Amino acid sequence: MTRMLSFKRILLATLREIFDEAAYARFLQRTQAASSPEAYAAFWREREHAAGRRARCC
Amino acid sequence: MPKPIVILAWGVVAAVGTLAVGVVALHRGEPINALWLVVAATCCYALGYRFYSSFIAAKILALDALRATPAERLDNGRDFLVTNKWVVFGHHFAAIAGPGPLVGPVLAAQFGYLPGTLWILAGAVFAGCVQDFVILLFSVRRDGKSLTEMAKEETGRIGGFVAYAAVIAILIILLAVVALIVVNALKSSPWGTFTIAMTIPIALLMGIYLRRIRPGKVLEVSVLGFILVMLAIWGGQWVSQNPTMAGIFTLSASTLAILIVVYGFAASALPVWLLLAPRDYLSTFVKLGTISLLSVGIVVMHPTLHMPALTRFVDGTGPLFAGKVFPFAFITIACGAISGFHSLISSGTTPKLIARETETRMVGYGAMMCESAVAIMAVIAACVLQPGIYFAINSPASIVGQAPEVAASTISSWGFAVTPADMQNLAHAVGEQTLYNRTGGAPAFAVGMAHIFSSTLGGQEVMAIWYHFAIMFEALFILTILDAGTRVARFMLQDALGHVYKPLGRTSWYPSILATSGLMVAAWGYFLWQGVKDPLGGINSLWPLFGIANQLLATVALCVATTIIIKMHRAKYSLVTLVPLAWLLTVTFTASWHKVLDPSPRIGFLAQARALAAGPATSASGRLIFNNRLDAAVTAVLVIMVSLVAVESVRVWVGILSGKKSAPVREVPFVMTRLAAGEGA
Repeated sequence: MTRMLSFKRILLATLREIFDEAAYARFLQRTQAASSPEAYAAFWREREHAAGRRARCC
Repeated sequence: MPKPIVILAWGVVAAVGTLAVGVVALHRGEPINALWLVVAATCCYALGYRFYSSFIAAKILALDALRATPAERLDNGRDFLVTNKWVVFGHHFAAIAGPGPLVGPVLAAQFGYLPGTLWILAGAVFAGCVQDFVILLFSVRRDGKSLTEMAKEETGRIGGFVAYAAVIAILIILLAVVALIVVNALKSSPWGTFTIAMTIPIALLMGIYLRRIRPGKVLEVSVLGFILVMLAIWGGQWVSQNPTMAGIFTLSASTLAILIVVYGFAASALPVWLLLAPRDYLSTFVKLGTISLLSVGIVVMHPTLHMPALTRFVDGTGPLFAGKVFPFAFITIACGAISGFHSLISSGTTPKLIARETETRMVGYGAMMCESAVAIMAVIAACVLQPGIYFAINSPASIVGQAPEVAASTISSWGFAVTPADMQNLAHAVGEQTLYNRTGGAPAFAVGMAHIFSSTLGGQEVMAIWYHFAIMFEALFILTILDAGTRVARFMLQDALGHVYKPLGRTSWYPSILATSGLMVAAWGYFLWQGVKDPLGGINSLWPLFGIANQLLATVALCVATTIIIKMHRAKYSLVTLVPLAWLLTVTFTASWHKVLDPSPRIGFLAQARALAAGPATSASGRLIFNNRLDAAVTAVLVIMVSLVAVESVRVWVGILSGKKSAPVREVPFVMTRLAAGEGA
């Protein structure tokens, strides 16, 4: 049971990292902001450069 | 666990693996079950990971769990971040897994299931996984430096320049070839075209939803996007049955190519949050789900492989692409065995997330093993088809003939029975008007996948839905690669042009964005157009060109890795990277020689140009002759550039080993980790 819970936790954390949810949460924490359309826009302004350079393999 | 039991357990794995590989390699006559491939692959990966990667980790790289990684030392909560190893593993796998391990093995199946399977297993364990692992570790020890930066530092300016030029060249060829795969999968297919067209507004909707309605709720919007895509697949069936709508969405290859070029330009110039990011989320969501589902489907259904172990086309007369099994099987399958492109990911985002050096083994070696397993699934999906059907789908009309009766008769004369009725029934079952001449590998993979899925879930009645789901799945992440690849290439071009005229290097300056996006799209769009207009189907010339370019990038990565290993005074173990390097040089140089100079017009670019010049002049002759000469020139330039890196590297090795040259290791000095035991794990 504990292993199942641990697996679920890791899986969710992985998906949150892949889907940038974790990065957005860190951004909110770092900037002391609450989630809002403005905060999300600021998050993407900061990430635009890095995300555009993220290669996807063939 | 007591040591004798461990030894016994690994002995059993080795014995079962040997048996399975033996059956796969030696069985002839009767069809074999796909489970033999699954067992052979599982045992090879287990043994490779447990023993070979452990040997590399201990003897060559001397992984040190106490050495602080850049994720810890430079942690800024953005690019550098201590991350759980399983999370990094998933992140890395999502970045390296694309359509390559699905398409390459399907194309190489024209030689039979054996050459591709053996190359995928041996290539991954001894080359691909090793490359990804060592490049990841070397990047971690250099604060996450990229391959091009490491090449410049370790092998000199030539190495850096060639790595940079090779990346741009590979991106251009890669984008052209994947766009061609989508064009060939969607031409004259209203169902498929409608579904893929709908993914664009769905992605835009997701972007706006994330930005305006539920900021940051990506998993939620990905589920919503997935539901909308499923509705689009369902709606596609209605579109294909409605004469007016079917007419609108029945497009020729040329029209589709133009639309994809326009889309690529728009995607590269639009803000990341609006199209690229939501499409990437959606594609990753579908990709991870479908790969998991396919692996379960193969194990549950354990289908029979109808393709023989070896076909007559090992002699080089294959209809999909011309050329003998050596070297062409080894450049046709890149991703899945070894892909130079992975070295860019291993020296990109991933090294900045690794918490401990010891985790590079699991992430670098392990994730590549998983990609290799995906390639084995693609071999199975292609080989469960009756060979006659496989060749009818994948062969260009110029080889087998345009009319169904002629094509079926030609393919049957090769010893692979197929009738026009078989093909008509199959096309009807998957909701298409025809499945002849669908070159590129994607439709054949989709038929195989639909066959596996429909046998386990839903039966023959839903085969059309599964087929279009598979086409959507492939096209979705191919278009994501077009978005991301065009943008990455654009940024690289802007970096270079910024040295000439500073404003051009500003990635937020719109004139520069439009100019560089236009240049990159024009470059891959040209090769795409060339492929669409190629009488041999385009894949015949573009896929080998892509394979050569990708494997040449792997040779650059292995040159860098070998140089670093020698500088670390581990020369006696350098065979670990030298052997795959020598193999890749042999394979790529032989393939390049054939593609440029082979006297057969079906293989050699120059021979084809000569044959066209000698034949009757048509309106297209001049362009086709030029295209063949251009392909020959691109191949030759790539080979010359990589030769320079290889020579430069050998010069460095000889200098170090003879004591004439110093061997400064450019690693960041050792800093003790402050992470507690288990932290970040």
